[in-house]
Amino acid sequence: MKLTKIAAVLAVTTLVATPAMADLVFPSLSYRTGPYGANGIPFADGYSDYFTLVNERDNGIGGEKAKVVECETGYNTEKGVECYESTKSMGALVYQPLSTGITYQLIPKVTADGIPLHSMGYGRTSAANGKVFSNIFNYPANYWNGASIAINHILKENGGDVKGKKITLLYHNSAYGKEPIRTLEELSKKHGFKLTLIPVDHPGQEQKSQWLQIRREKPDNVIMWGWGVMNQVAIQEASNIRYPMDKFIGIWWSGSENDVIPAGDAAHGYKALGMHAVGSDFPVFDDIKKYVVDAGKAAGAGDQVGTVLYNRGMYAAMLAVEAVKTAQALHNTKAITPAMMRDGMEALDITDAKMAALGMAGFGPSFKVTCENHGGPGLGMVTQWDAKAKKWNQISEYGPSDATVINALIAEDSAAFAKENKIEERCN
Amino acid sequence: MSANFYYGVEVFLNGLMTGVMYSLVALGFVLIFKASGIFNYAQGVMALFAALTLVGFQNGQIPFAHLINAIFGTDLHHFGWQMPTFLAIFFTLLVMILFAYIVEKYVLQHLVNQEPIILFMATIGLAYFMEGFGDLMWGSDVKKMDVGIPQGGNLWLEESTAFLGGEDFFGFYVDNLDIWAAIFAAILVTSLVMFSQYTKTGRALRAVADDHQAALSVGISLRTIWVIVWSISGFVALVAGIMWGSKSGVQFSLSLIALKALPVLMLGGFTSIPGAIIGGLIVGVGEKMFEFLIGAPFLGGATENWFAYMLALLFLVFRPQGLFGEKIIERV
Repeated sequence: MKLTKIAAVLAVTTLVATPAMADLVFPSLSYRTGPYGANGIPFADGYSDYFTLVNERDNGIGGEKAKVVECETGYNTEKGVECYESTKSMGALVYQPLSTGITYQLIPKVTADGIPLHSMGYGRTSAANGKVFSNIFNYPANYWNGASIAINHILKENGGDVKGKKITLLYHNSAYGKEPIRTLEELSKKHGFKLTLIPVDHPGQEQKSQWLQIRREKPDNVIMWGWGVMNQVAIQEASNIRYPMDKFIGIWWSGSENDVIPAGDAAHGYKALGMHAVGSDFPVFDDIKKYVVDAGKAAGAGDQVGTVLYNRGMYAAMLAVEAVKTAQALHNTKAITPAMMRDGMEALDITDAKMAALGMAGFGPSFKVTCENHGGPGLGMVTQWDAKAKKWNQISEYGPSDATVINALIAEDSAAFAKENKIEERCN
Repeated sequence: MSANFYYGVEVFLNGLMTGVMYSLVALGFVLIFKASGIFNYAQGVMALFAALTLVGFQNGQIPFAHLINAIFGTDLHHFGWQMPTFLAIFFTLLVMILFAYIVEKYVLQHLVNQEPIILFMATIGLAYFMEGFGDLMWGSDVKKMDVGIPQGGNLWLEESTAFLGGEDFFGFYVDNLDIWAAIFAAILVTSLVMFSQYTKTGRALRAVADDHQAALSVGISLRTIWVIVWSISGFVALVAGIMWGSKSGVQFSLSLIALKALPVLMLGGFTSIPGAIIGGLIVGVGEKMFEFLIGAPFLGGATENWFAYMLALLFLVFRPQGLFGEKIIERV
């Protein structure tokens, strides 16, 4: 009798915990705890809040409610894979792991399971080649675009000539941090600058040796590929050795409020790349305030709205929602499957008109995904921190990366992956 | 002398300074291990919790604000005042003493006479609890630590030594924060040694450290001593939290500074206060010089973490108890 009761309770719990079959399920492999939690929280809040907005304001996507299933990874690859395994059977439409390590582990799994994965601005760069990576998408920009856009910015500052200049890459000594090295080496050959590579071990709390080396070598520019505490320490150390902040530029994962606030006024002038707008001066945020935050339905405390990483999470959710709409139209059904979602992502067309209709005019670039190109246009811009106003300012327009260098590298790396995994190219 | 020679000296000086920062973390471990035989896994989290509490008090943050708001639908965040630093430090110390009392009453008291591994496991649980509790109490955003300690290269030292190595040498760089850390560490160690040598409580502490049973038999209260030791360790954690928090901001990765203390403890010994200092200096200088001379030029850099542990492992081979640790012989 007792066992029957327990079984009944378990059954009810399972029914409650599992989303209704009609829901569109979006697992959020988030990290709200641990050393990287401060960065994981705003992204997860933004990702979740946008789906809540769509549910509350638009009654779901095409009439189907969206359901976000959060699973805490702690930015740990093993836990991330466990999260994937425990959520995929819920009808997961797309994964957004927010970790290059987890992305690398999930690439073969999602491909075998037929579920799409969106690693927006992170993950395996060569996954931009849709001919090889059928289920992986990394639009609108990837690491190699980032590296090239940073060099383009330096080129622009130097009148198009960086021959003989010294540029240092300060990078997180991990798969993530090493991603831009090939591209920068190629760009170094092309433009004639001297590239120095300086790794920083996880977590990056102690960087004295690295910054003493930078002080000795006096590079003209420092590019940073950091995450978490590495960013804050690097910006503080740069200020300590009086390295000019406007010559110090971080990738988009090194350019949130969290990275600059601990250094206070010393961080003034620090630059970071961006793939979407900064701030909250867009109509969509009024809707988020009205339908989500003020209604008490925000994923977090509602205090992250408009921060860089919140915006990024929200942008990723918006792209997922637009892909669902595309898939629904393509397959003429509201209740789409992961395979249909993949088709929707591959046919995604983000136009200026669409962005304006969503209350996000100018928030990100317009682009079109194709079977061959899962990486989008690779556009990026530069932002700069104003310590007095405590806000990021966009200081350049969206600009292209060096397609001749990057496309060759993507073709080379994806061909090696295809050969190793015996993958036949598609899209022919 | 060439500029490279002076840069080597600069790296050596910075190694010493970094070593002091490691020692500050290691000291907390030593104090608790010496008095109770517990390897306190939660020491790094204690530094984080102390730093979070200090910044919270300074900024007039309302503890558990997110929880209160979520339950009662309020919109509370700050009291609306800034607390002077010395007052915030005082209140943080009171919190750390309260924490020590709670740990003794609800954790250690129930584990007296248990195997060391049981006590170690309890501190792992304590670490996870404190991390979550700190998150709930003060929020998980990255906070600026500002207690008025100057940061940045010491200009006087740079300018007065710039002539040494010719045009390519820019003078010795030493961070002001590191200089202050060294001064605080010196005061801290002197105070701790004087406390343990010349006060009644200090002698009781040493007695407990030498032999629990014998100390109990002469009327020393083990429970009181544990509360005192954990309180002192909480104070040391606060100093470490201030110094490391000033570098990186107060955030949850601060708890990982404990990883930097482990090779220091293996080198200096788990039971020696001077050992924690000497061990820290050896690790700091060793890893920085290795990175400067071999790591960066020949191995691609980022050798510091593994070099510190390799050095500690080497010491373990020849002197398992560390440089100043007590040789423990257990009879079966």
